[in-house]
Amino acid sequence: MTHAATVHSLWTTAAAAPDKIPSPDIEYGQLSPTLIVLGAAIVGVLIEAFLPRRQRYVAQLFVSVVALAAAFAAVIGLAAGDYGTSKAHVAAMGAIAVDGPALFLQGTILLVALVAVFTFAERRLDPVVHGNRVDSFAAQAAAVPGGDAEKAAVKAGFTTTEVFPLVLFAVGGMLVFPSANDLLTLFVALEVFSLPLYILCALARRHRALSQEAAVKYFLLGAFSSAFLLFGIALLYGYAGTVAYSGIADVVDGQVRNVTPALAGTMGNDALLLIGGAMVLMGLLFKIGAVPFHMWTPDVYQGAPTPVTGFMAAATKVAAFGALLRLLYVVLPGLRWDWRPVMWGVAIVTMLGGAIVAVTQTDVKRLLAYSSIAHAGFILAGVIATTPDGISSVLFYLAAYSFVTLGAFAVVTLVRDAGGEATHLSKWAGLGRRSPLVAAVFAVFLLAFAGIPLTSGFAGKFAVFKAAADGGAGPLVVIGVISSAIAAFFYIRVIVLMFFSEPRTDGPSVAVPSPLTSSAIAIGVAVTLVLGVAPQYFLDLASQAGVFVR
Amino acid sequence: MSFPLLTATAVVPALGAVATAAMPAAQRAAAKWVALGFSLVTLALAAVMLVRFDPGGARFQLTESHAWIKDFGVRYELGVDGIAVALIALTAVLIPFIILAGWHDADPLESARPNRRWRPTQGFFALILMVEAMVVISFEATDVFLFYIFFEAMLIPMYFLIGGFGDRAGGRSEEETATQRSYAAVKFLLYNLAGGLIMLAAVVGLYAVTADQLGTGTFSLQEIVQARAGGRLDMASGTERLLFLGFFFAFAVKAPLWPLHTWLPNAMGESTAPVAVLITAVVDKVGTFAMLRFCLQLFPEASKWATPAIMILALISIIYGALLAIGQRDIKRLIAYASISHFGFIILGIFAMTTQGQGGATLYMVNHGVSTAALMLVAGFLITRRGSRLIADYGGVQKVAPVLAGTFLIGGLATLSLPGLAPFISEFLVLVGTFSRYPAFGVIATVGIVLAALYVLILYQRTMTGPVKAEVRSMPDLRVRELVVVAPLIALLIFLGVYPKPLADIVNPAVDHTMSVVDKKDPKPDHPVTDAGWFSYSPKSEGASHDGASGGAK
Repeated sequence: MTHAATVHSLWTTAAAAPDKIPSPDIEYGQLSPTLIVLGAAIVGVLIEAFLPRRQRYVAQLFVSVVALAAAFAAVIGLAAGDYGTSKAHVAAMGAIAVDGPALFLQGTILLVALVAVFTFAERRLDPVVHGNRVDSFAAQAAAVPGGDAEKAAVKAGFTTTEVFPLVLFAVGGMLVFPSANDLLTLFVALEVFSLPLYILCALARRHRALSQEAAVKYFLLGAFSSAFLLFGIALLYGYAGTVAYSGIADVVDGQVRNVTPALAGTMGNDALLLIGGAMVLMGLLFKIGAVPFHMWTPDVYQGAPTPVTGFMAAATKVAAFGALLRLLYVVLPGLRWDWRPVMWGVAIVTMLGGAIVAVTQTDVKRLLAYSSIAHAGFILAGVIATTPDGISSVLFYLAAYSFVTLGAFAVVTLVRDAGGEATHLSKWAGLGRRSPLVAAVFAVFLLAFAGIPLTSGFAGKFAVFKAAADGGAGPLVVIGVISSAIAAFFYIRVIVLMFFSEPRTDGPSVAVPSPLTSSAIAIGVAVTLVLGVAPQYFLDLASQAGVFVR
Repeated sequence: MSFPLLTATAVVPALGAVATAAMPAAQRAAAKWVALGFSLVTLALAAVMLVRFDPGGARFQLTESHAWIKDFGVRYELGVDGIAVALIALTAVLIPFIILAGWHDADPLESARPNRRWRPTQGFFALILMVEAMVVISFEATDVFLFYIFFEAMLIPMYFLIGGFGDRAGGRSEEETATQRSYAAVKFLLYNLAGGLIMLAAVVGLYAVTADQLGTGTFSLQEIVQARAGGRLDMASGTERLLFLGFFFAFAVKAPLWPLHTWLPNAMGESTAPVAVLITAVVDKVGTFAMLRFCLQLFPEASKWATPAIMILALISIIYGALLAIGQRDIKRLIAYASISHFGFIILGIFAMTTQGQGGATLYMVNHGVSTAALMLVAGFLITRRGSRLIADYGGVQKVAPVLAGTFLIGGLATLSLPGLAPFISEFLVLVGTFSRYPAFGVIATVGIVLAALYVLILYQRTMTGPVKAEVRSMPDLRVRELVVVAPLIALLIFLGVYPKPLADIVNPAVDHTMSVVDKKDPKPDHPVTDAGWFSYSPKSEGASHDGASGGAK
């Protein structure tokens, strides 16, 4: 600041008009998965606006399924065109990376979303109301719970078909999230997928107050974490003079010498890097549900409509871990020695915390929420490996885990009593005697969560533990198996309850689902067993996809 | 490509499980026959395996090897040595008897039929066959990872067998029985799962070590053993010990070794007698077998390091198990504690690191399987008749049901290792093998035999002799089905007791090989024996050289 002539600020640089604005160069083909999904979401909004109420359900379902399938086909096409390996590069003027991990995660998210949409569209589980088949979502979201408007809406047979475009918007954001290649895109993607999720959480047909409470909690804490993320981004910009991943990485590595004049006072300041990096990490760890940023998980999982919970538990985790991987492996590898100890700590408390607290849960959705926290810890063990193996093991785990989760929550929607879903564990007693098939399927999912061999859970767990051990994180593996043993206890407890307890006379009944939920569950079981018995093809896929582009 | 005999032996019972489970609810009786049929086909395949196996041939025979999960360095690798063949034969022989003995154990009570699709009978026999398939493949696996997968996976069907089909004859209320049963099942699962998960950490560690030193991670037992012998793989002793402990912990829980044994009395007490036999005679053998196959061969140095501690634990098991057996009031728990004592002998023999000790331990595994099956199944028949497991509820049974009492006595005498019955030879060999290296341990272990006589004879005296109790008076003797179960087992006990050579011939070369991997030689006998007779355990045949047993085998 001593030489007045060289003083620059954002204002002075902004004031100097650039010579010309470069016309953006967008590779539409490579962004097609995201574009298809977002386009379909807009079509969905138009359907809501212009189609008669009766026809919306079928139209929305059709548009969603077609869009997700088409987007998945586009991902396959890109992967087949070697965009995941040799042609991996940074598209959209540096905003989006098209590379192996991005395509793998996008494919996973799209498949998960496709299966989740089946559970969203389920209309045979709830009893018929006034001659109308209804789904898990509120008749009219804006109506006050228990008020006259709600009664009228129910009587008129309204249904909230808006959930389909909302899911598509969320999926669009999730597709961008793991492929975002600069911090601003990351933030925008985060908001794009978070906002629809907040709304979806509030839309439960039954226990609406609980659902809205969950949504508010999720929104408030989510907004908090977004603020952290944004503040972190600002600090990192101050540190590096750019929000592009590769640019920041270059500054971290010390390859950049020419200091942006406007940031002369801050650039290269390690305090900014460390605090900024930590804040961005916090924002991502919040989405992952890692301890100590997990507080929202149980409430939100419990309160949200179960199909939404399943979708959120599976897809959000995939997207957020993708973004976390990219951040740690592309932006901050130079800072490895600083973040690894912290992440070690986070992984340990997440594994142990999730597993230990889950032991005391009495609600099946809360139980699965805590189990998802423990699983986040296992995945973090793979993230910490900082080897190519680490990336591919995390990718594999995410794919395996998300289908188990979807399937498990789909089963939860089936077990019902007069008050809707019977999620209290005591009501599940003796389920195995009353409906052996449903109980057996749920047992398969629980065994996969517990990591019993021949299920996908075991293959995934082994992959991340192997990567962690190779990456020098042996103690994490030991803690991992200890928390697996603790976690096994409560999974087994549910199995005991289902099979070895006497059924209660007032116990729930198992609703017979339509082919939609049935196929969602069947896909879950199939993926669980196939990935458990013959994981090689998918491991290959994950290891081919395990290289980030810079 | 030749016929994959090993795979077939494991796949047939698995198919049988599927076929049995798929039988419609009304076809209960047919489902039992289907299960029995598949178990007999498995037995036939095991017999073929026994014939095709050449004791003097290669280390692992009938091998199969296919790529499976390349990324984990895992191959689908099967192969059997003499020890494995003997144990597979034991498994295949016992399962049909277990199925026959449990013929009516899973018939649904009319009062408890929640819906028409409830098929407990089909489930019971399907689960037994599923366990058989998994046990067989764990005996065959020469890939550590493959072994681990089935070692862990077999817990699930076992768990349902214990928890779902408990003993109805507890003399307690229905509710209390159910509570106890599910407690036993959960305890079984948690103990074994915890052991298994600790082992998982060691398995991962093994991969890390091999990947680090050999370039590519591998789980192949032979590859690792060869790499160690060739000096390409050199584990730091600290690492090796940790890995050894991880493996051993899992096997010691399974075996079970004191102080990790407490799940066994619960599990055996609460399950039906055939399932109890399945646990102790078949599934638990995987634990002791794995000590021989994996612990000793993968980690020879650490095995030697840990030997003193393990021998002491084994001794405690022998004495403690026997003492607690004497104090039991419940017949099945008594047999469970007796088994703990016997597993102590087996582990003692394995870690004595002598040919007689290990050969004896392997024979012990087979003989203990047969003798416990005989004793436990007869005990099960007895308990079903009276509806009580308490010893005090019986008395004078031998006057009412002499055949039952007689078979029970023979099973009991086998359990206390009466000469002439199979377990005597193996127990004697274990003691000789232990004594030649660790005289003090050998002497203390002998106390176990005396105690065994106590618990068996007291059990017999209290239940079978004395005045006939009123509740026992109308007790029927063994039925034809029950005789069909018991008679062959007793015949086998006598045959192996008098003429153990065929079994010893198969087992001994494998034991020799294990010894050579561990790099242990038998200590020189102070008084060389000149006449070996036809027992191949004598340390004589080639003077004082270390491979006396194989000399006898050839």
